[in-house]
Amino acid sequence: MSFWSQTLEFARRDLVTERRAGEVGTIVLPFGAVALMAFPLALGIDSDVISRVGPAVFWVVVFLFTMQIALRQSASDRPHHRATLALLGVDPFARLLGRSLAATLLIGLFMAVMFPLMILFYSPDLPPGWGTAIIPAALAGLGLAQIGTLAAEVTAGLRARSSLAPLIVAPLAIPFLIGGSQALESLGRGASILPWVLLVSAADLALAVTSALIARPLEEASR
Amino acid sequence: MTIARLDGLSVVLGRVPVLEGIDLVVAPGERVGIAGPNGAGKTTLLSVLATLRPPSAGAGEVLGARLGTPAVTAVRPRIGWSTHEPALWDELTLLENLAHIARLGGLDPDLPGRVLEQVGLAGAASRLAGHSSNGMRRRVDLARLLMLRPTLLLLDEAQAGLDAAASEIVDALCRRTVSNAGAVVMVSHDPVLLETRVDRVMDLTAGSFR
Repeated sequence: MSFWSQTLEFARRDLVTERRAGEVGTIVLPFGAVALMAFPLALGIDSDVISRVGPAVFWVVVFLFTMQIALRQSASDRPHHRATLALLGVDPFARLLGRSLAATLLIGLFMAVMFPLMILFYSPDLPPGWGTAIIPAALAGLGLAQIGTLAAEVTAGLRARSSLAPLIVAPLAIPFLIGGSQALESLGRGASILPWVLLVSAADLALAVTSALIARPLEEASR
Repeated sequence: MTIARLDGLSVVLGRVPVLEGIDLVVAPGERVGIAGPNGAGKTTLLSVLATLRPPSAGAGEVLGARLGTPAVTAVRPRIGWSTHEPALWDELTLLENLAHIARLGGLDPDLPGRVLEQVGLAGAASRLAGHSSNGMRRRVDLARLLMLRPTLLLLDEAQAGLDAAASEIVDALCRRTVSNAGAVVMVSHDPVLLETRVDRVMDLTAGSFR
């Protein structure tokens, strides 16, 4: 089986698993919506402030909850699964990439649900051409999925996983948070979003290269 | 040519020596049993034979590949390991589990259905693995090995939780492996059970053969 066929097989398996386990649909999405709603309640009735912070809160919620998506229990392989896959001759990077692709789709779904809710709760003044901000947002979703998947692999089987994984993720997610949120700001100022697209793309590429380089050592170390 | 050869092999996990000075030769057509109490190092020894754990000291070769070298990657698809816990994904059905393995292993897509029938689970193909009994899960694990046709078959407490019919599947799997010039290494804490199923039994205690 080719590298790309293996990658798609892992993505497919993760999505089937998610459809059955329903962790994103029944847990992450509702709680994300509640978190998005809680901010305006805490900020009070100053509609100007609420309207101004809406996009930023959207990105904070995306960041926090996408980690839940990437680290979800149903997407983790236990040691006996890993042993079976290793004996099949599976490429560890194909497994990592496949899981990242599945997480990207789920993060895209999360963003697609949260964005209209953000508009509903915050009524932000969206700049003309705001639709183009989907490009850096999608690239940021890919990056967050890669970071989450990597963190899940690095911390697999560790007792302190739930506290250690966010510590790995937080610093690495900064370029994606900046790129995603500043693209919308740039549109508001009438500036180009290209620098932010390039920033997020470069971070995506760097993560993909890192994943390719460390996938096998990580796989060996996890046994 | 031997299937596996270990020479003075030791494995240290953290700072704990788990295996020490292990010498073992497994020839084609042979069934070897490794008996020993819990914590003796039986599963670690299987992971070494599966090429998944490199030796800390000593040397070894499995299917012609020297342990601890990149050459082991090429021989891994010829090794079948039934781990203590069946390697199934709970949210996939029994058939989907086998189909996933078949696709990754580049096998005939009809094979999963056929082997599921062989292990008597054709009627439960669409049952989620997470909703299946331990005995059913173990049968699916055996079906996976029937599908993969390994040259070196590693069985970790393979008879545990199996009824008589499923035990016969294990025996048939072993017979088929050795008749194809392969070999079987079976570990159990029960030496009596091993003696009826293998050509020789080795006693592993505290990480060394007695």
